[in-house]
Amino acid sequence: MQIYVCVKHVPDTAANIKIVGENGFDDAGCKFIANPYDEYAVEQAVQLVEKNGGEVIVVTVGKAAAAATIRAAMAMGAHRGILVTVESQFLDSRTTAQALKAAIEQDGKPDIIFTGKGAVDSEGFQTMYRLAQAMGLPVVNEINRLALGDGKATVGHEIGGGAREVLEVSLPCVLGTTKGLNEPRYPKFPDIMKAKKKEIKTLAIADLGVSVDGARSELVKLEKVPERTGAKMLGGDVRQAVEALVKILKEEEKVI
Amino acid sequence: MATIGILIETEDGIVKDTNFGVLTAARGQGDGTIIALMMDGPADSAKDVLGKYGAHRVVQVSIDGADRGASPDLKARALAAAIEKYSLDALLGLASAQGRDIFARLAAFMDLPLASDCMAVDLAAKTVKKSHFSGKTFATIKMSGSVMLCAMRPNAIDAVEAPADATVETFPASVQDPGLVKVVEVNKEAADKVDLTEAGVIVTGGRPIASADNYNILSECARLLGGTIGASRAAVDAGFAPHAMQVGQTGKTVSPRLYIGCGLSGSVQHFAGMKTSKVIVAINTDKDAPIFEKCDYGIVGDLFEVVPVLTEVLKEKL
Ligand SMILES: Cc1cc2nc3c(=O)[nH]c(=O)nc-3n(C[C@H](O)[C@H](O)[C@H](O)COP(=O)(O)OP(=O)(O)OC[C@H]3O[C@@H](n4cnc5c(N)ncnc54)[C@H](O)[C@@H]3O)c2cc1C
Ligand SMILES: Nc1ncnc2c1ncn2[C@@H]1O[C@H](COP(=O)(O)O)[C@@H](O)[C@H]1O
Repeated sequence: MQIYVCVKHVPDTAANIKIVGENGFDDAGCKFIANPYDEYAVEQAVQLVEKNGGEVIVVTVGKAAAAATIRAAMAMGAHRGILVTVESQFLDSRTTAQALKAAIEQDGKPDIIFTGKGAVDSEGFQTMYRLAQAMGLPVVNEINRLALGDGKATVGHEIGGGAREVLEVSLPCVLGTTKGLNEPRYPKFPDIMKAKKKEIKTLAIADLGVSVDGARSELVKLEKVPERTGAKMLGGDVRQAVEALVKILKEEEKVI
Repeated sequence: MATIGILIETEDGIVKDTNFGVLTAARGQGDGTIIALMMDGPADSAKDVLGKYGAHRVVQVSIDGADRGASPDLKARALAAAIEKYSLDALLGLASAQGRDIFARLAAFMDLPLASDCMAVDLAAKTVKKSHFSGKTFATIKMSGSVMLCAMRPNAIDAVEAPADATVETFPASVQDPGLVKVVEVNKEAADKVDLTEAGVIVTGGRPIASADNYNILSECARLLGGTIGASRAAVDAGFAPHAMQVGQTGKTVSPRLYIGCGLSGSVQHFAGMKTSKVIVAINTDKDAPIFEKCDYGIVGDLFEVVPVLTEVLKEKL
């Protein structure tokens, strides 16, 4: 199988984000990781190829530093990588999808394209749909079950309140993965060393004929979410504290 | 004057309360026309309640000769047809599990800009405000394109009534399923009454809850408040709760009006999923627990003592 996995290079979710100017952030001073949801995608692709044979190719659109994320995916077992370089910190999902499509089509014929369910930086939740539409492929997002057979994928996902839906798509297809699908492996030291020797093809987004001018959404402002400054502590014995709380929630906050 | 469509979500044929905040957001955009689009439940019985929150027209969108439950793409195409038919300037809806999916399909199909999980919209400026960097920052996104698509975070905007006389009409969309995705089964057995992402009140138990059964203590309290229960990742990983109950960066993002955290340390990853809650209360045995720095009201105490008393007091006072 030829499996492509779209992996985004994102700031560590525990990292402190220092906003620079109106709409930028200090990316040099910030630790980056592979988007956590994309790790389920890499793991799934690697498991499928371990079972059926084939090749796992990681595709990343990002700054040159994003090569580190491709290496991390390679340490998990991906065979090759493609890095499409861009200059900007933020790229809209329409342009990203076009770049991913062009990079994949130029490289080979996918049986499956995996993505994560969403990027934890821009929280877009849409790139996989745009990629699938552009390539004329079926798409299902947020999958946590997958079975392959007869040229078809049967996938499961949650649709709210714990209800579940089972869907069927024919291959090739685009699948967005989420927690529950598998347990992403921790690469061992020899795997990390091996990954250093694997091939990363690097090309600029313009080389793929994709223009960043087609963006339909633009990040114009970033601001810190206001933090709470500390709780009002309710003292006394348990009964007193609870009565005080209920009174506040009812009369002052009016939330119950 | 703008024409704004609202995709209404129903549960067992009944309009979900979370739609009212979306209608309120649409009303805040000057005096445009608000068209409520109903794909699932019956428009007739929804007319009054949608009118109460300002809908001018309620449209039953039907799909000729097709089983609309069979394909998410078919629904998206019917919505696309409705956008064209009513010349909508924007379509708003809920960023629920189903809402996120259908909005993204629609955006891809029509090649329109979409912001998912919005906290606020400004149609005149063509901007939305949404979470970025796992809830650490807000981003203002400017959209260009003929129609703005915005899936709103449930409960992000308070519902305010503004009665209008809504009319009902039907729109039979003649669209075809591209035949790419087939729904083969929907299993509602495991479904709770209130979906976590849409609950108005959430009572969460962290690692110290110590067993699945102990969540019953929280359930009773949550039920009295008309809400539901949540879990931290530590509790999920320990096997005390299913992943569907997890709040946080790798779980659900929620924004209830009241969030009561019992036995939570206050981790960044947990807060990524609930920090936009209106009021946050923490119950923790450790007076120096970091959560007390990040919440509105705190009680130092053992959750196994405090929650039953809270349930008792609520029974008396509600
Ligand atoms: C990439 C990544 C993603 C993550 N995603 C998530 C996520 O989505 N959601 C999430 O929740 N976490 C997530 N985490 C984990 C997170 O970092 C914390 O480990 C976790 O949230 C801690 O859970 P907790 O607060 O229940 O437990 P603990 O940290 O163990 O805290 C328990 C607290 O309860 C108090 N306590 C003890 N006994 C009692 C009692 N009887 N009554 C009252 N209080 C008591 C203690 O003083 C303590 O403060 C993630 C971590 C990583 C690295
Ligand atoms: N710049 C990128 N490079 C590679 N994959 C990406 C990129 N942006 C988004 N993706 C993929 O698309 C998914 C959804 O992203 P988003 O729509 O931005 O939330 C992610 O989980 C990735 O798998």
